[in-house]
Amino acid sequence: MEIKKTALAGTLESSDIQITLSPATSGGIQIDLDSAVASQYGDQIKDVITTTLQGFQIENALVKAVDKGALDCVIKARTVAVAQRALEQTEPAWEVL
Amino acid sequence: MAETEERLRRTMMFVPGNNPAMLKDAGIYGADSIMFDLEDAVSLQEKDAARDLVYEALKTVDYGTAEKVVRVNGVDTPFYKDDVRAMVKAGIDVIRLPKTETADMIKELVDDVAAAETEFGREEGSTHVMAAIESAKGVINANEIAAASDRMIGIALSAEDYTTDMKTHRYPDGRELEYARNVILHAARAAGIAAFDTVFTNLDDEAGLIRETKFIHQLGYDGKSVINPRQIPVINAVYAPTKAEVQNAQQVIAAIDEAHEKGSGVISLNGQMVDRPVALRAQRVMNLAKASHLVDEEGNYVEE
Repeated sequence: MEIKKTALAGTLESSDIQITLSPATSGGIQIDLDSAVASQYGDQIKDVITTTLQGFQIENALVKAVDKGALDCVIKARTVAVAQRALEQTEPAWEVL
Repeated sequence: MAETEERLRRTMMFVPGNNPAMLKDAGIYGADSIMFDLEDAVSLQEKDAARDLVYEALKTVDYGTAEKVVRVNGVDTPFYKDDVRAMVKAGIDVIRLPKTETADMIKELVDDVAAAETEFGREEGSTHVMAAIESAKGVINANEIAAASDRMIGIALSAEDYTTDMKTHRYPDGRELEYARNVILHAARAAGIAAFDTVFTNLDDEAGLIRETKFIHQLGYDGKSVINPRQIPVINAVYAPTKAEVQNAQQVIAAIDEAHEKGSGVISLNGQMVDRPVALRAQRVMNLAKASHLVDEEGNYVEE
């Protein structure tokens, strides 16, 4: 699915993750991750973001993620929120939740 | 009205729905009920993100034995329908409706909840509801609201909006809430559901919190809403039975057991008849004593 606009979700508070999603025409889902635990959990964080975006049939996107120690459920929730905002969907994504 | 008799509801802790740190830790403070807030604690631009976050937290985080409640946005908002659907899909225990003014509002909520249970394959009747009373009209209609549905588990007074509606504000002695507190409590008891008192907002006034909790405990309220985990042990301490109350309850229960063994219909203790209200009160004291860790699993008093 095509991203309609650049969107942002989440905050920079502890236990949260702030995700910015921008359109891209090629190159797959490219994630720029900023996290104090990137060396241990970087792959897992990126995996949650990628899997969740794929649930929206998003194939190409630029992702900027600033992690402040978010649990997987928080990463997923913020990715769902940013994807829906970028796709300008207002009905909750029941098949992704 | 399921679980209403047995479940303790001394504290219902408010947790802002868009705060991951608080959502993650909400289960560790020992609140009897945890209320995730999608309404006043969430700004308009973040309603979608908060709903996603609470949904994922409910699906993932273990909140132990606490009752999970969510306060959805009001029926007159564009967020209400999807709040209800998402929370039912997530398997919430109770949906709390803010600004409830009529029984019809509860009936509408119950219809929406039932439709969502069907839509998402949840067990029919597994989602309960409760009403927050925040206006004069809500207090006037409290009896009908409390009895509006079998799914109702409780009714709560929300004093900030209520006092504004009444053209007053909150005073330290709470006299402005006298009528509403009594009406809501009676509505709850008549319908056989729980009654929750309003929050005590001044976090620095512990003496005030104790005074107010003692007062609502005396009236007969199940418990109180809390805005900070610090208030939980203070309220629980007020609800904890005394050693004398526990011992008396133990004697009542022992006398009932003895009478059952003998096949005797009439139960007496120290020359006084033990009838149903006495037995029920003894059971409630023992439940509170267990929750307060005053007795062990077998019901023996734990000396400090």
